[in-house]
Amino acid sequence: MTADLRSLYEEVILDHNRNPRNFQYAPPGANHVAHGYNPLCGDEFTVSLRLENGVVTDIGFEGAGCAISTASASLMTEIVKGKTVEEARALFESVHGLLTSEGGAGPTGKLQALAGVREYPARVKCATLAWHTLQAALRKEQGTISTE
Amino acid sequence: MTTAAGRMHSAARADVLDVERVRADFPALHQTVHGQPLVYLDNAATTQKPRQVIEALDRYYRSDNANVHRGVHALSERATAAYEAAREKVREFLNAQSAQEIVFVRGTTEAINLVAQSWGRTNLRPDDEVVITETEHHSNIVPWQMLCGQTGAQLRVVPVEDNGVLSAERYAQILGRRTRLVAVAHCSNALGTINPVKRMISQAHEVGALVMVDGAQAVAHLSVDVRDLDCDFYAFSGHKLYGPTGIGVLYAKRALLQEMPPYQGGGEMVKHVSFDRTSYLDPPLRFEAGTPDIAGAIGLGAAIDYVDALGSEAIGRHERELLMQATAAISRIPGLRIIGTAPEKTGILSFVLDGVHAHDVGTILDMQGVAVRVGHHCAMPVMQRYGVPATARASFALYNTREEVDALVAGIYRAKEVFG
Repeated sequence: MTADLRSLYEEVILDHNRNPRNFQYAPPGANHVAHGYNPLCGDEFTVSLRLENGVVTDIGFEGAGCAISTASASLMTEIVKGKTVEEARALFESVHGLLTSEGGAGPTGKLQALAGVREYPARVKCATLAWHTLQAALRKEQGTISTE
Repeated sequence: MTTAAGRMHSAARADVLDVERVRADFPALHQTVHGQPLVYLDNAATTQKPRQVIEALDRYYRSDNANVHRGVHALSERATAAYEAAREKVREFLNAQSAQEIVFVRGTTEAINLVAQSWGRTNLRPDDEVVITETEHHSNIVPWQMLCGQTGAQLRVVPVEDNGVLSAERYAQILGRRTRLVAVAHCSNALGTINPVKRMISQAHEVGALVMVDGAQAVAHLSVDVRDLDCDFYAFSGHKLYGPTGIGVLYAKRALLQEMPPYQGGGEMVKHVSFDRTSYLDPPLRFEAGTPDIAGAIGLGAAIDYVDALGSEAIGRHERELLMQATAAISRIPGLRIIGTAPEKTGILSFVLDGVHAHDVGTILDMQGVAVRVGHHCAMPVMQRYGVPATARASFALYNTREEVDALVAGIYRAKEVFG
């Protein structure tokens, strides 16, 4: 793989695309659900979570998408589980900043794998779809979320 | 494929396309993308432009720019003459009977909307039927849905077989006394299938229906003769024929155009205006309200000159060779499925790769300089029909080479390697 390709398709991304975590899974007793769909791409995810006392105690996602959107959704569910609503929102903001270079330190750890997407403007919407859908779920927004 | 191969061997090889000479005419081809030479295989979306077209636009704006059909001054006369000369070139290109049958529009989409709103709203009644096919581009679906909503007419859809060929049996069954119009693509943009439009037109005429052919994917690849086809309406876009964006053509039989009310009102399309009553010009100007895309029409004329000089036979043969080479090579890639395997195809190759989403294929190819289209190709029903969210589509033009096909194939192998 060339250096450029590796910056986008990091090992973490490839791994989470190959074996997405919390995938095709809706937690029992899920009380927050939202639907995300990018019609031009065809990427489509439903994010379901169980919120108890302000904490995301379980989360999963269902649907289909490209490697970037799938890996981003998988990483998101892994990291958000056990976080408070406020912490989840802060993560959303930092991922958003990382992908759009709107500043901020950006997230640490595995989420740094998404940094390469910033160089591919056409693919940013793929990486952000699950995160916007999560935000909508936390806010109990109706309708379908899109990042296109 | 067999037919194409047969044709290739029997055809005289004298007028083989000199691809290297042709490539020299297209400035945009000579660049690198992500450090790799550009391999432009997104020609079904839009083609690159030869310098002859770019220079025609430049010349017009530098020396002849004026409004048409209204000035008495020299520049206006030159602009009008050049604009009408372009109309005559289109007439000859389509073998229409009269230049009055050629309406300049923005593109195929506007041509279809014009027919739907002008002819359709005047002539359709509740329970009349408009027949389209499962493989149409959204631009040949949505205007008819809108028209059906406005008139109470019904939309009927001809299904497609697994290989991308329209079901002839179902088409014959769907046609009937309620059918008023059939709207069908000459060539499918997502599958590449060349539809048997001549036969479909004659069947439609037998039940008294008119036929609109969407020629967006056809005119750059095969020779079109509207009188031989006997189609009632034919539409295409300049930018898929090496011409500028923003210009397209609606051909319609003269008798139909004469009876059709204007599509848009404004200047340039009227005989006389008062606050009591306005009378309209005869076609085609009746349908060209406002200042048209004069430069675009002139550029389209230059594009037609360009492809005419090369000859549609030579272009078609070259593109069929590329399609055959590419089809043979990618068919050998494990886990790759070609969507659209009709025996008669233009140079369009849609495919999906097991375990790799089309968007990832597109990004990996782009990193190697290879430009293809990924997504639903504005044909969501086709994607649903074949059970795929999206495909990658390589589409060939007269300037593509065997080496570029090799680069595409190598790029697909690279995508497999990355996602291994």
